[in-house]
Amino acid sequence: MNSNREHAVKSEIPLTLKLLKLLTAAWSWLFLLFIIAFFEAWSWKVYGRTFFGNLYNVQSVLLTATQILMMALGLTFIIISAGIDLSIGFIAGLAAVTMAVVIRALPELHPALSFTLGITAGIGIALIPGIINGWLISRMKVPSFIGTLGMFGVTRGVAFLIAGGATVSIRNSVARDFGNGKVFDVIPIPVLVAIVITLIFHYILAHTRFGLYTYAMGGNIQSAIRAGVNTTRITFGIFMLSAFTAGMAGIFYTARFSAGAADAGEPILLNAVAAVFIGGASLTGGSGTIAGTVIGALIIAIIQFGLVFIGMPPFWQFITVGLVIIIAVLIDQSRANLARATMGAS
Amino acid sequence: MSSGEAATPLLSVKNVCKRFGGTQASRDLSLDLYPGEVLALAGDNGAGKSTLIKMISGVHQPDSGEILYKGETISRRTPHEVRDLGIETIYQDLALADNLDVGINIFLGRERMKRVLGLPVLDRKFMRTEAIGALKHLGIELDDLSMPVRYLSGGQRQAIAISRAVYWKAKVLIMDEPTAALGVPEQREVKDLIKRMQQEGVAIIFISHNLNDIFEVSDRIFVLERGRKAGERLIENTNEDEVVAMMMGRILDD
Ligand SMILES: Nc1ncnc2c1ncn2[C@@H]1O[C@H](COP(=O)(O)OP(=O)(O)OP(=O)(O)O)[C@@H](O)[C@H]1O
Ligand SMILES: [Mg+2]
Repeated sequence: MNSNREHAVKSEIPLTLKLLKLLTAAWSWLFLLFIIAFFEAWSWKVYGRTFFGNLYNVQSVLLTATQILMMALGLTFIIISAGIDLSIGFIAGLAAVTMAVVIRALPELHPALSFTLGITAGIGIALIPGIINGWLISRMKVPSFIGTLGMFGVTRGVAFLIAGGATVSIRNSVARDFGNGKVFDVIPIPVLVAIVITLIFHYILAHTRFGLYTYAMGGNIQSAIRAGVNTTRITFGIFMLSAFTAGMAGIFYTARFSAGAADAGEPILLNAVAAVFIGGASLTGGSGTIAGTVIGALIIAIIQFGLVFIGMPPFWQFITVGLVIIIAVLIDQSRANLARATMGAS
Repeated sequence: MSSGEAATPLLSVKNVCKRFGGTQASRDLSLDLYPGEVLALAGDNGAGKSTLIKMISGVHQPDSGEILYKGETISRRTPHEVRDLGIETIYQDLALADNLDVGINIFLGRERMKRVLGLPVLDRKFMRTEAIGALKHLGIELDDLSMPVRYLSGGQRQAIAISRAVYWKAKVLIMDEPTAALGVPEQREVKDLIKRMQQEGVAIIFISHNLNDIFEVSDRIFVLERGRKAGERLIENTNEDEVVAMMMGRILDD
């Protein structure tokens, strides 16, 4: 077949648009570098010593980031698909208290065994609200905001009931080592586990059909359906992933503090949402990456830890994180607006 | 290449009826489509044009009557199955995944995978290279294939939807108002694309409200009026006045 028309229509994409695309991808990295430089400079100026050169500081930042990241990994899929999961905070709490209660109930067992059973029970119970969320949203077509708000209440109540209203402390050497141990005395174990889970989630999102269909659904659900994407299955799957990572966050909590609390994950929920948006996810769905979410979690963790380090009242972290979220959203908006203005498309 | 009466039709719609509640959207419609011809579907708003093509593409099932493709009935198939048979439909909203790049859009639902360290991985590079080829085939070059298609113009987006059909070797291409949302130069491009597809032997059904477009690109016109067939003409045997009269229901053939 003689194919190429001599006067092929060549089309240029405006430079401003390309730059803006680059900026949206790169600004969170730049911002991360900026706050690292900021706290490092402050530390030298005020205390005359390094901030990030100190292993303890770095470990603390990474542990805080791990907590946020764990909840944010599954949430990244959900936000890309243009949904939201409000229940993850108490799913984490539910997993935390269930693990603690199981370990407490088995004092006779070898600590490694009761720890394993505790994790299994914690993750197992965390998946139940995941299944219900998935069913409500994919099968019953309940909007995710409402469906997961309902499950937010249910898991909250159940978590407090299981905990008997209080914090459930445990005495288990394996759990303690898991939550506080360090590989080669350097890398905290939870950080290492989080890295492995993050790599797996990156693989799923960036390299598999499941991940691609998550993007396709978030961009235009009708086109995804017409292309033959089983949106029910994908929706169900992402709520299971989200429940799984929230459950892992609860496991880390119990192991780290040797106690399970029903509200273990609740204060982290909004930070997790923030991490996903700072990482470049769009409010309307269809974009976001695991790498971006990792950056977002690091930025929030550094702000939290850094502000305490330089002696600011802890409330400043709310203000600062809030401002960073607004910047992230403004950048997302400007990209959409400019695209509309230059190409007449949305 | 116009329809020879001797040739066997590629696609036949036989006496289909479709009712939505109180609306009779199709009344006993029959139509043949021959290889390599462009058939225009015309009719006023609500005449039943979209309903007819949705029955062909498997979105709706006819209440009675049947649809044959290469002699076999397809009236009970799903949209996916119909598409796999080589009947590709481009809806008015194009149904592109706006946030994904051109390569993915051509392959969505039929992705190419490769293996890396034993794990299945999307072969984005392959899909992008194939997309370049498919677009080039239609005479279109994009300078940055990694951009989400939302950044492309209406005509380019239409071209991507068409190149998806070309790439998957569609035998029948159905387009619902392909030029409606476009500026004049882009309408020109799309009409050129329709001609090119025809030259490659693809049979095309296209819906349009624009009689100029219809007279410019089609071989035959089929006019609907409130679900009925008002008339069918070879394009060289009719004129705009007659078509308008058919659309208004002032001429009814049968
Ligand atoms: N899914 C549906 N449910 C109920 N009624 C429908 C449905 N689809 C079409 N109709 C009705 O059937 C009739 C034919 O509609 P159709 O969309 O086929 O018209 P059309 O010729 O494509 O019109 P237009 O030029 O406005 O696109 C209309 O009265 C419409 O309201
Ligand atoms: Mg229509």
